[in-house]
Amino acid sequence: MTWQRRHVLATDDWSRDEIEHVLRTTDAMVEVLRRPIRRTPALRGRTVILFFAESSTRTRVSFELAAKALSADVTNITASGSSVEKGETLLDTVRTLTALGGDVIVMRHAASGAPYFVAERTNAAVINAGDGWHAHPTQGLLDAYTLRAALGDLAGKRVVIVGDITHSRVARSDIDTLVPLGATVTLSGPPTLVPSAWRCGMAPRGTAYEPDLERALDGADAVIALRLQKERQHAGLLPSLREYARTWGLTDERVARMRPEAPVLHPGPMNEGVEIAASVAHGARSLIESQVTNGVAVRMALLYLLAGTPDARELSTVDASRTA
Amino acid sequence: MGIRARGDVIATRLHEAIRRNEGVDVPLGSLDITLYRDDLTRIGHAPVIRESMIPFSVDDRIVVLVDDVLFTGRTIRAAMDALVDYGRPRAIRLAVLIDRGHRELPIRADFVGKNVPTAVSDDIRVQLVEAGGADQVELVGAGVPA
Repeated sequence: MTWQRRHVLATDDWSRDEIEHVLRTTDAMVEVLRRPIRRTPALRGRTVILFFAESSTRTRVSFELAAKALSADVTNITASGSSVEKGETLLDTVRTLTALGGDVIVMRHAASGAPYFVAERTNAAVINAGDGWHAHPTQGLLDAYTLRAALGDLAGKRVVIVGDITHSRVARSDIDTLVPLGATVTLSGPPTLVPSAWRCGMAPRGTAYEPDLERALDGADAVIALRLQKERQHAGLLPSLREYARTWGLTDERVARMRPEAPVLHPGPMNEGVEIAASVAHGARSLIESQVTNGVAVRMALLYLLAGTPDARELSTVDASRTA
Repeated sequence: MGIRARGDVIATRLHEAIRRNEGVDVPLGSLDITLYRDDLTRIGHAPVIRESMIPFSVDDRIVVLVDDVLFTGRTIRAAMDALVDYGRPRAIRLAVLIDRGHRELPIRADFVGKNVPTAVSDDIRVQLVEAGGADQVELVGAGVPA
């Protein structure tokens, strides 16, 4: 298939072919990352702007390493210490980033939908690195890649996602990516932290809500624990962290209910002892470190695919004549 | 070391022929050079990348690059750039099935199956049994529909 997308905003409207295409391209990038020299010249002369208006370490570093492995120039802008702090609007920031010659804008923002706003107002390709509660498409893709590397074909596999579903862009993007690949997803978490429609039979296609974590885990093929996002909790949703840990934390006993060797994933950063026990996080089933490594490869694949689309190319006629 | 997508098929055949005739099992690898192309920003869509498979160290070895057609030399330039990212070969040689001339870079082949004089606008089509064709090479003049 020919890649046609200009932006990566969410994977909710992606076809299975598009997801597979990214995963196949990721295979090649994983090979690049295994080489003694982990750098190729594919994006030489292009500029990737990392615009993180919400805190992040691993996603930002992951994108930065990905862009550098493809020889792109990388510029970092964070909300604190930039003009955003002086009251610049998102629109003006975007105009500036575009005028500065960014070919790709990677952005994280606390407002759901912010990357759509930006994508309509810039010539650069936009990659959503997490917007509010809405989507985190690169996390969904890297989780799918990691699960597929561990389990093979995902058709007929059952993946449990446990935790604060309502506030989780990771959960939404995981569902959007895993279900088209043939997996079914069991959602589990405190009823106060799962959208009420999803609890009442209107969960997204390919998913089901199971209020009992142990029943959800029985015979499952994998589990993804979500971070309990303390910064997004309103009063009254949770009695206490300790109660959450007791009822919803992944412990060795709970994990053992899954199929033998069924893997455990977590998007990080972890609250060890809350949603996941340290022994599980660092145990034999944990794929948390592979998620980090695969994250770089997935992001390389997306940067490569977006930099080759016609619209991005028109902006870079100067680059083309220089490198040809 | 075959260059994907057709050079690796020819490299596999050479590997087999050397094994059969000389009884030597020469290490075989394949190289995808997509990320090293100099026209990535010009061709409109991102080409499909495949994994390079190099299950041995290239350090201090003589590496023979294998491709189907040698034309402008840009593919070979990209392949050499890719190869040196894997190590420091003692020497790099080049073997091609067809040399059709019209080099744009100072590159020549060490081993050539057949030299075929062509016009720049001609098209050389290499078909291989492994890639689902008959084993044949076609020279198609300019303006002939595909």
